[in-house]
Amino acid sequence: MLRKLLIGTALASGLAFAAHAEDVKEVQMLHWWTSGGEAAALNVLKGDLAKEGYAWKDVPVAGGGGDAAMTALKAMVAAGNYPTASQMLGYTVLDYAAAGVMGDLTETAKKEGWDKSVPAALQKFAVYDGKWVAAPVNVHSVNWLWINKAVMDKIGGTEPKTFDDFVALLDKAKAAGVTPLALGGQNWQEATMFDSVVLSTGGPEFYKKAMNDLDDASLKSDTMKKSFDNLAKLVTYVDPNFSGRDWNLATAMVIKGDALVQVMGDWAKGEFHAANKSPGTDFLCYRFPGTDGSVIYNSDMFGMFNVPDDRKAAQVALATATLSKSFQSAFNVVKGSVPARTDVPDTDFDACGKKGIADLKKANEGGTLFGSLAQGYGAPPAVANAYKDVISKFVHGQIKTSDEAVTELVKAIDDAK
Amino acid sequence: MSAVTTPTRQASGGMNAKIVNRIVIYGLLALFALFYLMPLFVMLVTSFKTMDEIQNGNMLALPKAPTFEPWLKAWGETCVGLTCAGIKGYFWNSIKMVVPAVLISTMLGALNGYVLTKWRFRGATLVFGLMLFACFIPFQSVLLPMATILGSLGRFGVTLQNTVGTSFGLGNPTVNLVFVHVVYGIGFTTLFFRNYYEAFPTELVKAAQVDGASFFQIFRRIMLPNSMPIFVVTVIYQFTNIWNDFLFASAYAGTGDAMPMTVALNNVVNTSTGVVEYNVNMAAAMIAALPTLLVYVLAGRYFVRGLMAGAVKG
Amino acid sequence: MSTVATSQIKLTPEHARPRTSVRSRLQDALPKIVLAPSFAITIVFVYGFILWTIYLSFTNSKTFPSYAITGGRAYQRLWGWTFDTDPPSSWYTSITNMGIFGFLYILICLALGLFLAILLDQKIRGEGVLRPIYLYPMALSFIVTGVAWKWFLDPGLGLEQTLHQWGWTSFHFDWIKNKDFVIYTVVIAGVWQASGFIMAMFLAGLRGIDGEIMKAAQIDGATTFQLYRRIVIPLLRPIFLSAFIVLAHLAIKSYDLVVALTSGGPGGSAWLPSNFMYEYTFKRNEMAVGSASAVIMLMTIVAIIVPYLYSELREKSR
Repeated sequence: MLRKLLIGTALASGLAFAAHAEDVKEVQMLHWWTSGGEAAALNVLKGDLAKEGYAWKDVPVAGGGGDAAMTALKAMVAAGNYPTASQMLGYTVLDYAAAGVMGDLTETAKKEGWDKSVPAALQKFAVYDGKWVAAPVNVHSVNWLWINKAVMDKIGGTEPKTFDDFVALLDKAKAAGVTPLALGGQNWQEATMFDSVVLSTGGPEFYKKAMNDLDDASLKSDTMKKSFDNLAKLVTYVDPNFSGRDWNLATAMVIKGDALVQVMGDWAKGEFHAANKSPGTDFLCYRFPGTDGSVIYNSDMFGMFNVPDDRKAAQVALATATLSKSFQSAFNVVKGSVPARTDVPDTDFDACGKKGIADLKKANEGGTLFGSLAQGYGAPPAVANAYKDVISKFVHGQIKTSDEAVTELVKAIDDAK
Repeated sequence: MSAVTTPTRQASGGMNAKIVNRIVIYGLLALFALFYLMPLFVMLVTSFKTMDEIQNGNMLALPKAPTFEPWLKAWGETCVGLTCAGIKGYFWNSIKMVVPAVLISTMLGALNGYVLTKWRFRGATLVFGLMLFACFIPFQSVLLPMATILGSLGRFGVTLQNTVGTSFGLGNPTVNLVFVHVVYGIGFTTLFFRNYYEAFPTELVKAAQVDGASFFQIFRRIMLPNSMPIFVVTVIYQFTNIWNDFLFASAYAGTGDAMPMTVALNNVVNTSTGVVEYNVNMAAAMIAALPTLLVYVLAGRYFVRGLMAGAVKG
Repeated sequence: MSTVATSQIKLTPEHARPRTSVRSRLQDALPKIVLAPSFAITIVFVYGFILWTIYLSFTNSKTFPSYAITGGRAYQRLWGWTFDTDPPSSWYTSITNMGIFGFLYILICLALGLFLAILLDQKIRGEGVLRPIYLYPMALSFIVTGVAWKWFLDPGLGLEQTLHQWGWTSFHFDWIKNKDFVIYTVVIAGVWQASGFIMAMFLAGLRGIDGEIMKAAQIDGATTFQLYRRIVIPLLRPIFLSAFIVLAHLAIKSYDLVVALTSGGPGGSAWLPSNFMYEYTFKRNEMAVGSASAVIMLMTIVAIIVPYLYSELREKSR
């Protein structure tokens, strides 16, 4: 039995190698989009490539928001088996590019005009050393409020324009006996919310300096201290069981009307849609108070590896299809994010999506499109995770005061740099 | 027989004490059974609920309108990556990796245990100690060097393929996984068998040697027939660990064709920014565990008392 | 039973003949030859890789291994974090949690496993049903059972809410939300998962014990308790060693347990060293620090295990 098995697998592998030598019309794609909605969105791309005669070799590895996939990718690269492309985030692309394992899509980029249509902020991660190494798929934005409209109407609230408005609104909800703020007490959720708080408290200039440039003076400043104060204030509006809650359960609280609002990235919209709720009538999407006009983004990219020559044609086809306007629209309508190029028509998007597209365009032109530090687009992973540590320890009481939080933040970021 | 429920003293104490004794024993066993079953209860009730009910109700409440839908979906419809055909297709991938890995590592462990206890040589204890400590190496820190080695073996396989005509399985993801699991499994299998054989009467082996029995004859005729309980334990342990391994499976399985069940299950369950279907997840987890549970039940039947008592009497 | 006796008689006659010296030397070397492959792969794939890890811990490896030795900065940082107690550094949390978790987990699993095995060994009807019930937690992937436990322990979703609905409104159990107690919920779930297997190991051990010894002791008038304490448990010593190694290894590698159950706990308060190692090696791209933490873990294991092994194995080889 065992012998047969071994011989069988040996033969199978032999066939696989033989097939590789001839067949190059396939793309191998490592990704972690495995839930129904995500898979449906990516299937559009698979379909587009199939029309051009390219087979899709799926390599899905879910877990930890891409952590498991990145671990698998590292092993694959160590073994010398590069996939055609892999879903990647921000600094990871640059790390792999620096290691010299990424391909070069500059020709395609020129032909397709990516330089002009893709926001400069994204190009920082997709272009390394003057070469295009990745194709951005979408732009997520994290400075959103997701509000249950029925609760909002009940308490007679209106869109909060400033942080103080927001606090007043939360007070109203509290008085009405609703949990004001739905928060999942996991470090990335807390830090994602804090991204918005910093932008709201210090304004665009300050956010960029502190959260993207990691400027020491800004990190130490009173504005940062004020940001922690504001975070502490927000945390007083969460329910006692928030700790450890998954983000989608927090969203469910808003959907059910148990809570008024959640501060979360635009992927939360998928949960509302899955519950058959529509924007404007069942739920509202506002920018985090005091951050209108700016967008804190993160983006999924398809990193393109330096594959053998006979596989490059398939890679180019994949990259071209990824950034085609039709795919960008179709994919992002399903995914809840907005297209990674600013010239895609917004006709198919819902109200929140339309606002997202308009905001992205405005922020791109006005220079207020910033990487999210919590989502790994503000600084390399070592710094981003050190940041999440500090925020989470502050929220859960290991760090007791805003002064201490500022000191710890500076220390942690210095240490990780 | 080792089970002692009626020591001589109690025999004079009468039937009452014995009955109370039994009631206490069964009561305790039942109580612990409840503790172990509780999370299974949560999973079962969840798997029969609709998503609406999960979002709105108590996690421990019985389903109001039980539905089989999540089970059917987990079996044949849910998306594992872009392929939405359920998890049913991944059993074979796991089985063809797990069965050889378990058999090889268990047999090696039995042989090693036999050598280390019955054919002692100078330094045997040190060898055992070194193999035992191997159990503690964190898999995260072997992931990359092992990948590099497997990658080179794979390239060597391609060369062989081109020159000799067969790669001998080198570079095949399933063979790679079998190899990795054998390498990191023999520490445990050797430990189990060595410690079991430690208590095995050496006189039997000596006697057989005097009779002129060879190394393998003694192993086959004397050791193996008396090793049923420890075989069961080892197989349970190895089967479970290899079946449930995610780290190696996700890193070395290559393209999706060889994807083992655990990776598939993980893809169903884990999502970062997508909608989570708890009922399908729970059903999928239970379906994915079925082969392991089957092994527990089947192997458990061989949890019989060893034949040693009889053997000593000869 | 005479299985063994008859099989001895059937032994092949050729060995009765005088052997050539090459042949007999081969016979003598056979045990070592059988053991050699296992030992060789252990040396390469365990000790070789440990050396590799040690080497990396002295480099400046970030996302990928880099092979230029740069000194012990990774150890300096870990050493500094070891004394960062207010607020606790992730490393400090990890190692103190390891102490609490490792101790309780191993102790409770051993005690519970032995206890259940002894109970099950009392000629129990339905052993075939009970055994899989105790064992099944091992079979289920923790990424899902973790969710089930998380809900069960969540005050707003599980046990507490249910008991409140049943009228016991003063019941309060929020360990999983509490940064000082969350590690104990990890212990509960860990014990639930592994103790059944430990039970199986002890059961196998009990089934391997020579019944004659027990009978003799009974005739001498030993009580059940005395019998187990004086005779059975000492005979199970090698099994204790196996069980301890398995548990220690599971405790050290409990990574998904923490992630699935607590997502790291409030403010990272449920971290174990394996979480730290994985975070730094793969998530934070500080491979040198990750490697250094692995080395420290291995050294700690050596410090704990080697004396135990030494006493355990030396005694046997007398």
